[in-house]
Amino acid sequence: MALTIHCDIVSAEAQIFSGLVELLVANGSNGELGVTYGHTPLLTDLTPGSVRVVLQGGEEEVYYVSGGYLEVQGDVVTILANTAVRGDDLDEVAAEEAREAAEEALANQSSELDYGRASAQLAEAAAQLATLRKLKNRAGR
Amino acid sequence: MAAGKEIRTKISSIQSTQKITSAMEMVAASKMRRAQDRMEVGKPYARRIRAVIGHIANASAEYRHAYMQQRSIRRVGYIIVSSDRGLCGGLNINLFKRALQSMKEYSDAGHDVDLCLIGGKGQAFFGSVGGNVVASVRDIGEEPTVEQLIGAVKHMLDAYVEGTIDKLYLVGNDFVNTMTQTPSVQQLLPLEADAQQQYSHHWDYIYERDAKELLDGLLARYVESLVYQAVVENGACEQAARMIAMKNASENAGELINELQLVYNKARQAAITQELSEIVGGAAAIG
Repeated sequence: MALTIHCDIVSAEAQIFSGLVELLVANGSNGELGVTYGHTPLLTDLTPGSVRVVLQGGEEEVYYVSGGYLEVQGDVVTILANTAVRGDDLDEVAAEEAREAAEEALANQSSELDYGRASAQLAEAAAQLATLRKLKNRAGR
Repeated sequence: MAAGKEIRTKISSIQSTQKITSAMEMVAASKMRRAQDRMEVGKPYARRIRAVIGHIANASAEYRHAYMQQRSIRRVGYIIVSSDRGLCGGLNINLFKRALQSMKEYSDAGHDVDLCLIGGKGQAFFGSVGGNVVASVRDIGEEPTVEQLIGAVKHMLDAYVEGTIDKLYLVGNDFVNTMTQTPSVQQLLPLEADAQQQYSHHWDYIYERDAKELLDGLLARYVESLVYQAVVENGACEQAARMIAMKNASENAGELINELQLVYNKARQAAITQELSEIVGGAAAIG
């Protein structure tokens, strides 16, 4: 039986795969690469595409990643997968949208934070909550 | 018996409110479990990416990324994660209080504060009290995705790299347990060095592409994943807080109904007694 290496494929939103594999094939930025037991420490980014893993016993599984990073260290190979399609220009658009959303939502407000008013408003809300709690305690007597 | 009818109407109206609050309690309970699961599945990613960053930072020590450099402070950035919807007790209020407390320290020292707001409640609050909001996201929903947050986070990261802000904080609720959620302020940038990571021998990765580029990308992902985690955790907090708030509301409604029922019964009994004494009185007069 071939020697195995531990493989984790994780994204920020989910654990995609975890287990022992004989071989992992992924699309690195410099081309396709395969990782088996005893691979030297390596770090690369991935282009969108499939990640193929050969499990113990020869069974194959294929996952799609829309980019990310691959790390080989000792007997562990980790893929940090992106969940979204990324690109500098796409990210730029998203950043612009977030800024516009802020401007739109706060069109007619001063950029000076009124600490006095803010704490007054919070104190009021907190007092309301405290009163409710008190009322509840009294009723529960 | 006009009063009796009024009380009955009131009781039935409270009962229907109670039905709503107890339904909301159950919905929040099941949503909370799902949100907690989401919180768990995201943790391995942050852990792994942190380990990788630790390795690179140690391996190529000559390159210090901007995210890791301490600068003198002129302007501070805050990413504030709040919920989109209310009816969750004091969750958001406590969060804003904690954020204001931290922000005030900087503004008292003469530094400006930039805000990035995630969640509708934050927008509503800072919309009414003011504040320099530079980016905002709302309507995240119950299943937040990293995609929704990329823009807002990138805006703050860019501001940091450009030198507009010199420190970046993340404010969100920590899920302690179902009964307890505590607001916390966490420093995102500059990244605080991991002192525990000690390497007995020197080793390095083979880098495909430049180490610097890889580090740039990874650090951005890392910050994104931290913000995403905070959003997911805040979601779990929101559901837990709502569950407790609705549980209290249902209990209060139950007590109110009992009290009103007592009043109603008394009124009915009084009416019957009066009627009886009138009949008896009438019969005695005739006889």
